[in-house]
Amino acid sequence: MEAATTEAAPARMTARQRRRLARGLQYAVLVAVVALLAAAADWEQIAASFFQLDIAADMFPAVWTSFWNTIVYTVLAFAFGMVVGVPIALMRVSAFGPYRWFATAYVEVFRGLPALLVLFLVGFGVPQAFPGIQYPGGVYGQVAIGLGLTSSAYIAESVRAGIQAVPRGQVEAARSLGMSHTRTMVTVVLPQALRIVVPPLTNELVMLTKDSSLVFVLGVTTATMELSKFARNELTDTANATPLLVGGLLYLLLTIPLGLLARRLENREDRR
Amino acid sequence: MTAPIVTIAGLHKRFGDNEVLRGIDLEIAEGEVVCLIGPSGSGKSTLLRCVNLLETPTAGTITAAGHDMTGPDADLDAARRDIGMVFQHFNLFSHLSILDNLVVPQRRVRKTPKDEAVAEARRLLAEVGIEGKERARPAQLSGGQQQRVAIARALAMKPRLMLFDEPTSALDPELVGEVLSVMKGLAAEGMTMLVVTHEMAFAREVADRVLFLDGGVIVEQGAPAEVLTDPKTERARTFLHRVLHPVD
Repeated sequence: MEAATTEAAPARMTARQRRRLARGLQYAVLVAVVALLAAAADWEQIAASFFQLDIAADMFPAVWTSFWNTIVYTVLAFAFGMVVGVPIALMRVSAFGPYRWFATAYVEVFRGLPALLVLFLVGFGVPQAFPGIQYPGGVYGQVAIGLGLTSSAYIAESVRAGIQAVPRGQVEAARSLGMSHTRTMVTVVLPQALRIVVPPLTNELVMLTKDSSLVFVLGVTTATMELSKFARNELTDTANATPLLVGGLLYLLLTIPLGLLARRLENREDRR
Repeated sequence: MTAPIVTIAGLHKRFGDNEVLRGIDLEIAEGEVVCLIGPSGSGKSTLLRCVNLLETPTAGTITAAGHDMTGPDADLDAARRDIGMVFQHFNLFSHLSILDNLVVPQRRVRKTPKDEAVAEARRLLAEVGIEGKERARPAQLSGGQQQRVAIARALAMKPRLMLFDEPTSALDPELVGEVLSVMKGLAAEGMTMLVVTHEMAFAREVADRVLFLDGGVIVEQGAPAEVLTDPKTERARTFLHRVLHPVD
């Protein structure tokens, strides 16, 4: 009996040892999975489909036009989204019922509809229903509105959350200094709310960067083509997947700095 | 005798089923310093917040700083310019620098030209003893400093009357004095002040009159020496004993 206890004692692990063992096991599983995948993959085939340097090189410099267009579409749609979304957010928190109802309906509709459908509606539905309608800037106007409508719904919800996150005492202080309701909104609440929503708005910008790949449904020319469409055209022309890799990397070239920027802005706000 | 600067008559305030103020009548003379004391939930803060209509009274009339606050033609924005307010949690505008906390309200509300607003802000900050912090953000200041800035911000609107809602309750004990001494200076300059406070020593020294509130009514009022030393009602006696001898 006594002997059994002394023998069992070294076998019993401390909590720290058990944690270390559990972590070691997870590493082991991870290494095994990676090794298995590496062994199973046909690396030559993969290299042949994705890493054709001459095909990648052939995409330049033409790809820069589509890269630039992706940026322009994103910025236009985001600008439209902000210009419409912020007032919608203000209407959402209005004391006047009809404003709230309209804003709620607006958000529900444009958040609920797929961006692709809205883009179709703007590009084809509206011109059919209102013959002779001209979007300012042609396809650029269509994109700004088509993607911007969806975006404005998301932006409105983010900004509304930001407005509601501004402490009540800030409003009371402004009002007790004699600021009107509107003046308080403009001078005190909105500036603070917009700082609060920098992270979700950056997120929205990243989403828009990717949603700009839907623009091809409007029918684009070489001059107005965005990155995804360009990569897909190249894919068809070369019967090789390398253009997709190049296109994907160029998207990351846009979205990763945005994410870093968002994190930096977020940290700056935290320090306050 | 001049007309009172604050006149409250038949004031009731109800939050849902909870009637916080049950008939308050109060007159405050120009230059008078009135301290409101009483247990928590007695309605002190609500009464104070009714004066500038941060809370809308359920019934009753209020005039303050020459404005009919409860009348149908009340211009609250204009009225609040003449009624400064200082909050327990300071409520400085967190996105603005210390200087801008004083400059922006002057420019936006009083339409003061920029140079003039900046000069006035600097003068007031010096007066409350805040130097070299103009470009700092509120969060970089201590609570006592923030509260002094908040007082200066309220004064920048050139109010005729100042409301203080437990101005030292959120402060670390060693920072209370610097705020109270600014308030004392203000009282000495003749500012009319209505102060909700638990600082009995301040009330005793600075107040012209102390009001004891309990259950939404003014239970007792008079000179601080009377109310604080020799309260007539049992409720006031119990309250003061608890405040002055918390460990007993």
